[in-house]
Amino acid sequence: MKTPENLKYASTDEWLLVEGNTATLGVSDYAQDQLSDVVFVEITAGIGETLSKGSVVGTIESVKAAADVTIPVSGKVIAVNEDLANTPELVNSDPFGAAWMIKVELTNPKELDDLMNAKAYTEYCETRSH
Amino acid sequence: MTEPTIYELSSAGRIGVQFPESDVPAFKVPDEFIRTNLPLPELSEVDVVRHFTHLSTKNYSIDTGLYPLGSCTMKYNPKINEVTSRLPGFANIHPLQPIETVQGSLALMYSLQEQLKEISGFAAVSLQPAAGAQGEFVGVKIIHAYHQSRGDFKRTRILIPDSAHGTNPATSAMNGLEVIPIPSDSRGNVDLAKLHDLCDETVAGLMLTNPNTLGVFDENVLEVIETVHRAGGLVYGDGANLNALLGITRPGDLGFDVMHFNLHKTFSTPHGGGGPGSGPVGVAPHLVDFLPAPIVSIIEEATEEIPPLYGLTIPAKTIGRVKAFYGQFGVMVRAFTYIRMHGAEGLKKVAEYAVLNANYILSRIRDKYTLPYDRSYMHEFVVEGCWSDAPDVHALDVAKRLMDYDFHPPTNYFPLIVHEALMIEPTETESKQVLDKFADALLKIAEEAHSSPELLKEAPHHTPVGRLDEVKAAKELVLCCWLPESN
Repeated sequence: MKTPENLKYASTDEWLLVEGNTATLGVSDYAQDQLSDVVFVEITAGIGETLSKGSVVGTIESVKAAADVTIPVSGKVIAVNEDLANTPELVNSDPFGAAWMIKVELTNPKELDDLMNAKAYTEYCETRSH
Repeated sequence: MTEPTIYELSSAGRIGVQFPESDVPAFKVPDEFIRTNLPLPELSEVDVVRHFTHLSTKNYSIDTGLYPLGSCTMKYNPKINEVTSRLPGFANIHPLQPIETVQGSLALMYSLQEQLKEISGFAAVSLQPAAGAQGEFVGVKIIHAYHQSRGDFKRTRILIPDSAHGTNPATSAMNGLEVIPIPSDSRGNVDLAKLHDLCDETVAGLMLTNPNTLGVFDENVLEVIETVHRAGGLVYGDGANLNALLGITRPGDLGFDVMHFNLHKTFSTPHGGGGPGSGPVGVAPHLVDFLPAPIVSIIEEATEEIPPLYGLTIPAKTIGRVKAFYGQFGVMVRAFTYIRMHGAEGLKKVAEYAVLNANYILSRIRDKYTLPYDRSYMHEFVVEGCWSDAPDVHALDVAKRLMDYDFHPPTNYFPLIVHEALMIEPTETESKQVLDKFADALLKIAEEAHSSPELLKEAPHHTPVGRLDEVKAAKELVLCCWLPESN
């Protein structure tokens, strides 16, 4: 299981890449592994939309289950990954890269303090599997 | 051993039926309406019959073997149900006939309503909903309508345990309510502390399946219901698992306000492709006026000489009609037959044997499979289909390998709160020999997972087709062998 050091992680298995005042959101390697083969990604958040912490950004559906993706911080959507609709398998093959879902402008950067670093998230995942 | 498709059996020029020369003037179809790009297969009648008969022998069904799909209650469908539902007086009627001419059918529906009331402890039942999920939709709509009728418009949230069927949040969302998940505690019950935190004046209700989808009875059910009621909310019972409670306890007595029944689960009517389903809804006294219309009622009491006159009535504040005419009548005849064939004592035995059978299988395999909640179970149980010392094997592989032992796989990857879940429900109708054979297969598979995991990874080996490509099936929704050429 990969957990890149430069990212922050939510207990709901999303990652955030923070660059200045913007953040990129995706789902973690652990999440894609649990979901198994992803067959459908729908991003419901639109550019310009203001999201509060915990809002649903979209849905990922695999052969096993469908899961909502939520954003663990508040922000205004500035970009949406349009490619995922046609190539949902990117969530499996490149969860931390090409499978980013949205980029937001942070409206309350203090919320980042509630997120886990790579080490804490790795331990958190280990408590859930065996 | 791939089966040829009917297109592969086709031979140019072969036909099934030869028509005589037409003895009426031919109508010339204009050329622009004649398509030449439909590649219909060309076969003789006997070839078609043999092809489909042969395919039908490859079906797996409850009539050919154990169907242990957890939460689906795939119980045997007694054949007498088919006899009664085909009686001409039931089969050859029309829903628009004058009610005086269908009194027997209305009497049966009335009796079924009464039986379901007695079984569940509810005050009234509507037979209309077409299936379980529609029953849930109706139940949540009734809860919503109840609050609105009291001028209480702020109740917009519905609480749903994380062990619920996926249809619970779906039907709530379709009713415009906000879904709030509640976690389970370490024994698989609703987390009471969380429930207390969440119960406020915005809560329309709680949807509770009991026994829940882990197969365990919520030990705090009375406190759960009381907590929601104290906050002014109502409690919906998902009746999917009613099989475990028949004749033992009644949801209405426990304090549930509304519940659906699955006639196609608990009451042995055909399920899945053999359906249609049927999801009657029962309600407590304060919700009787909101039931979907119509309800079958006695509109003229019996006298000493003449039987009662049955008719259709509309509850005062009904949420409306939810299905054409009166629901799935043929299914009601089957459920009525099942209930009458068993009687009260028989239904209680159904529940007892369903619980005994599930716990018997569990007792045989519990040393070899991880049990997420270590307690006794009701009519079904959930184990993990994975082992830390067999890291490549997953629940899906166990399920696929079971097919090589001639069993239908159990429900897998549900409930979502169990890692690599296998959810097993044998139902009451299986003999000890069948249960033993199934438990033997599960034990053998647990052994194979460690000794020869590739046997599981590549399973099934002995079925007409091997492991299907589920990703392709989900992504490429092309169901035709051919596509018309675009003009």
